Amino acid sequence: MAVCVAVIAKENYPLYIRSIPTENELKFHYMVHTSLDVVDEKISAMGKALVDQRELYLGLLYPTEDYKMFRKLHNSYTDVMCNPFYNPGDRIQSRAFDSMVTSMMIQVC
Amino acid sequence: MADAALFEFLHTEMVAELWAHHSDPGPGGQKMSLSVLEGMGFRVGQALGERLPQETLAFREELDVLKFLCKDLWVAVFQKQMDSLRTNHQGTYVLQDNSFPLLIRMASGLQYLEEAPKFLAFTCGLLRGTLSTLGIKSLVTASVASLPTCKFQVVIQKT
Repeated sequence: MAVCVAVIAKENYPLYIRSIPTENELKFHYMVHTSLDVVDEKISAMGKALVDQRELYLGLLYPTEDYKMFRKLHNSYTDVMCNPFYNPGDRIQSRAFDSMVTSMMIQVC
Repeated sequence: MADAALFEFLHTEMVAELWAHHSDPGPGGQKMSLSVLEGMGFRVGQALGERLPQETLAFREELDVLKFLCKDLWVAVFQKQMDSLRTNHQGTYVLQDNSFPLLIRMASGLQYLEEAPKFLAFTCGLLRGTLSTLGIKSLVTASVASLPTCKFQVVIQKT
């Protein structure tokens, strides 16, 4: 289901990016940046509307059942953050994170 | 949740360790140790900022983030809520804790007042780190007029 997974830092550079098939990475990089623009647009349009975390995710791209996937990703990202050898802002090199992403990508592919 | 005393003991040892091997006992060395403590708190705050809000709804505005710090963060780390939150609505917030757990075992009143800043540096970093993960750049300082009451001043940095 997922052909590309990317984690983007606050400063708009990728902390982690992986795609299946392993070619076409540049194309995915561009797509990721475009989707960031969509995110920005949606956030600035929202103002003071009542938003809950799930809606924030689903409303941003298009409604899918992938909230569970987002949850798993965020939980793994939190684990990476808690690793004392990880400095925030570095590329993510954790093998555990890698294997979680792999399992996600091959799951419904 | 682990016994609160565990963190208190660890924190006390951290401060003691940094001051025990002072190569430069003057104000320069002091500042260095305070920065080290603040840096540690910052890194911990960054990680907590990801882990704690998992069940919380998305924050609508800055004040919600500050309230989160006063309630959820304080309860998670110190098993109590902040006692008061004041703001000038222009980016400055004052968080007051009337019985700050890291100071409460030290004294009650003016004894050890000069030593108190050492025990607040880590927590200042903690606040700054959590705010950083939640998307807010800030400057956090602490002041003590009389133990164990202390105030944390958070000034939002507009970029």
